[in-house]
Amino acid sequence: MFSAPVLNYSLLAPILIVLGGALLGVLVEAFLGKAIRATAQLAISLGSLVLAFAQIIRIHSERSLTAAVNSVAIDGASIFFQGTVLVLAFIGILFIADQDNFAAQASAIPGSEEERSAIETGKQQTEIFPLTLFAVSGMMLFPMATDLITLFVALEVLSLPLYLMAGLSRRRRLLSQEAALKYFLLGAFSSAFFLFGSAFLYGYSGSLSLSGIANAITAGNGNDIFLLIGIAFLSVGLLFKVGAVPFHSWTPDVYQGAPTPITGFMAACTKVAAFGATLRIFYVGLSAAQWEWKPIITTISILTMAVGAIAAIAQRDVKRALAFSSIAHAGFLLTGVIALNKAGLQASLFYVVAYGFTTLGAFGIVTLVRDSAGEVTDLNRWVGLGKKSPLIAGTFVLFLISFAGIPLTSGFIGKFSLFNAAYESGNILVVVVGVLSSAVAAFFYLRIVVMLFFTEPANDSVTVVIPSVMTRIAITVCALATIILGVYPSLLLNTAQTFANFLA
Amino acid sequence: MTTSSHLVYLIALPLISAALLLLLGRKTDKWGHILATLVSASAFGIGVSEFFAMQGRTGDARAATQKIFSWISVGTFKVDASLLLDQLSICFVLLITGVGTLIHIYSIAYMSHDHDRRRFFAYLNLFIAAMLLLVLGDSYLNLYVGWEGVGLASYLLIGFWNQKPAYATAAKKAFVANRVGDVGLSLAIMIAFAQFGTVTFAGVKAGAPHASTAALTAIGAMLLLAAAGKSAQFPLQSWLGDAMAGPTPVSALIHAATMVTAGVYLITRSNFIFDGSSTARLMVVIVGGITLIFGALIGTAKDDIKKALAASTMSQIGYMILASGLGPVGYAIAIMHLLTHGFFKAGMFLGAGSVMHGMDDEVNMRRYGGIGKLMPITFATFGLGYLAIIGVPPFAGFYSKDKIIELAFNAGGTKGIILGGATLLGAAITAFYMTRLIVMTFTGAKRWDEKAHPHESPILMWLPMAVLAVGSVATGFLFNSGNSLVNWLAPVLNSRNEVGGEELMKPIVVSALALLAVIIGVGIAVGMYRKEVPVVAPEKVSVFTRIVRKDLMQDAFNEAVLMRPGQKLTEGLVKTDYFAIDGLVRLVAGIFASTSTALRKIQNGYVRSYALIMVGGALALIATIWVVTL
Repeated sequence: MFSAPVLNYSLLAPILIVLGGALLGVLVEAFLGKAIRATAQLAISLGSLVLAFAQIIRIHSERSLTAAVNSVAIDGASIFFQGTVLVLAFIGILFIADQDNFAAQASAIPGSEEERSAIETGKQQTEIFPLTLFAVSGMMLFPMATDLITLFVALEVLSLPLYLMAGLSRRRRLLSQEAALKYFLLGAFSSAFFLFGSAFLYGYSGSLSLSGIANAITAGNGNDIFLLIGIAFLSVGLLFKVGAVPFHSWTPDVYQGAPTPITGFMAACTKVAAFGATLRIFYVGLSAAQWEWKPIITTISILTMAVGAIAAIAQRDVKRALAFSSIAHAGFLLTGVIALNKAGLQASLFYVVAYGFTTLGAFGIVTLVRDSAGEVTDLNRWVGLGKKSPLIAGTFVLFLISFAGIPLTSGFIGKFSLFNAAYESGNILVVVVGVLSSAVAAFFYLRIVVMLFFTEPANDSVTVVIPSVMTRIAITVCALATIILGVYPSLLLNTAQTFANFLA
Repeated sequence: MTTSSHLVYLIALPLISAALLLLLGRKTDKWGHILATLVSASAFGIGVSEFFAMQGRTGDARAATQKIFSWISVGTFKVDASLLLDQLSICFVLLITGVGTLIHIYSIAYMSHDHDRRRFFAYLNLFIAAMLLLVLGDSYLNLYVGWEGVGLASYLLIGFWNQKPAYATAAKKAFVANRVGDVGLSLAIMIAFAQFGTVTFAGVKAGAPHASTAALTAIGAMLLLAAAGKSAQFPLQSWLGDAMAGPTPVSALIHAATMVTAGVYLITRSNFIFDGSSTARLMVVIVGGITLIFGALIGTAKDDIKKALAASTMSQIGYMILASGLGPVGYAIAIMHLLTHGFFKAGMFLGAGSVMHGMDDEVNMRRYGGIGKLMPITFATFGLGYLAIIGVPPFAGFYSKDKIIELAFNAGGTKGIILGGATLLGAAITAFYMTRLIVMTFTGAKRWDEKAHPHESPILMWLPMAVLAVGSVATGFLFNSGNSLVNWLAPVLNSRNEVGGEELMKPIVVSALALLAVIIGVGIAVGMYRKEVPVVAPEKVSVFTRIVRKDLMQDAFNEAVLMRPGQKLTEGLVKTDYFAIDGLVRLVAGIFASTSTALRKIQNGYVRSYALIMVGGALALIATIWVVTL
């Protein structure tokens, strides 16, 4: 006999609101005239994110493991990650609102008559908004899921819209579509690994829930081979999403090909969600097996930091460079996983917020540097931008020095607290490599600063467009967050401390 | 501890002024430089009044603190943004704001033709604020903020004339060295935090006696690395010469008096760390000893007046680092040399700027000659600085350098002889290259173009030089009389006893040896020329003048003479510098660049390759786990 599952709608409200907004967006896309469609979509998206965040605030002190039949946890970490995803997605939507970045009609063949007429008649489709909301709902579910099936569902819900969104660039559409296809194929591949790993873990423990697996590891009755393969394959799926070496190859290609606002959204929000899930799986499900997985995650963290930092040096494209920077940051964040203590969790919470704002801001600036053919991402053509528009270039520098982890920016506090947590937990090697690779990375970031400010501008047509109001607001918020979290980090560090807990 | 409520103004004033000048932009062009100068002067005023207030207090009450706000406060991890003004930091505050103000005044005239003068002054103020934060922070983390801040400001200032194409490479080198140093500092902070649970100076000081020697050595080594990066010490020294691309007042302020000495501050401030580890102290001494000889030798081979002075700075800081590795009293002596050096080197840099100002920005000393007559004030002030740096009594450098030589000998045994010998040798070479510099620049006949019209600089420029020259004359005596500086610093540096350890050599003997070294240095300079250059007869001028006059009559010959014997050796050393040290930097950069390119190749764009990499990665994961759990 089946009994209907009991859902606690009150605790699930944030995610349900976002899903509702997404469905509403689909209807709007289908039935509303083009005149007000974009405005309506924007209003729905922003509105549902705000409402959802209000619900997060309402339930922020609730704790429950049974909100949806033992499959999700309402605890400090999940509330924090959901809130972070919502805030960053809100800013991401502000960038996405600049429709000029997206293909007018995604189904039209690049360069076809159909495409041209769609652009000329202004038949701009706006499905990007509901797609974003669907992805956001997946990103909210991913860090709160407590069993492997829900985790997998969340992973797919967040990934599928992203595959599409990556292919929607208006300019250089072939590159964009190639990126989308690559992302999809490799994403599917990594999902298979994740699923396979889940199967092995189920085979080991007879349970799909993280706590069940944890109990099985503690009891130690299962077949260890199953456990090891399960951990390895599950890790592959997760490490793919966070963009860790050697599962990072898609990152530069996809980041480069996707429309820049989407790249920013992916880089910030996906990473938050993926780290949310990763932290939960390793802290709650697999902490008892830490002697098995710590060495590999440590190795991967070191590789990721090093490869991200070093590969960034040779990049000539700003989006690829930022992609490698995001890879390096994934490595830094993995030190929080390795730390496996409360300080590590707290530092990770702080770091994802700090990193999210900075990344969104940096990609936001990239959308503003254009010539007649659209965005200019060739770094050589950014030379001397500081002379042409000091404010924009200066803001970009702010984001870069935050990436580089220089004091009085959020990046410094983030790195410092992460490395400290890792150091306290005894993982000294990873800290040393972390500090060294941040030095290497800093070299790269500061090279860009030199190009922007200290080199004569090349005489070409690169201009900085006047940002729209929404882009301006978004960049300002990101810049302010970067500074405030650097100068007065206690605000967020204290919040992170309050929320740094998992229910198991 | 006294609590003070106005320390923050020391930093806030220049910071606000810098922000004003940068944000208001061109509107402030007319009065921006005046505001900046007044702000710097008032910071000096606050410094002086704090100094007298401090003298009015006794014992522990002398140090003053001010908590600005709670920067990080989470669980056990607490860092306040607090300032600490004690006997050590007040010395720096007075040096930074005092010399800083003089350089502001000087720059008003020096930069008067530059239409971006306001921006220059904004950066100067920014630098002053950051440097004050560096020396006033009460914890390593606050120091680190200032540390990065001066890095940023100096970067902006060196790059101020960014039309110079060589700048990019210079900046790159400076950055590699500084970042390596910064890694040292962040590691030191982390180890300290892990070890002591706090990063305040007071907290670490309290915990240091209970910490293991290994931990103290590790922290000390990392701090030394940081100091080497910032203070252009071996093996991270090569950037300083290139940083001379910036405007000369910048070189005077940043690359002579203040920022480059931050490493010395860091080590002396961390005396409690180094006291606990003789290994760390030994490393400090070795680095200082190598750099002091190295810098001095490079100085003898440079024709660019600013680069010669930069090499000299490197060498003099080597003296300071060496001293700070020689135990409690050494810290105080290091600071003493730092302060006297701040005066005479800043004065000489300003003098060099004054010469360049009169010579259409020519920096090649071979194109100078006989400028002394046309720029008498510059010559006089420069000359006083010269006497101070080579250590002629009773000028400032004599007292401070003598003490270092004395300390070095007193280290005892073979170590004492090596260190003492190195410091004496350094003194001799210093005398040599400084004599060379002065002779080539100020005496002899002119070797410049018809177009150049050397003239004495305006009063705004020579007045600061004159004030600094007074400092070059008097400070050594002041600091030394009654051991005033050592005693003043004693509570912070724990340096009460006058001489560290046994007195193996009488001060008078040391002084005599040092003077002998100086005479030999000057003598060799003379002797070298005498051998090669027949002295042109009967005119009543000094030997030096005659030699350099010879230069002009036979320009090609001059090249040959100046290149020869001594230079052959030093040329070799410069080459070592170029190939070994620069080479190392370039090798590291090259390795990264080629790895980076290799990584790009893996990134070939094919999904199948990417998928293969993933499979490989997954298999490697399983293999690793399997191996680990065997």
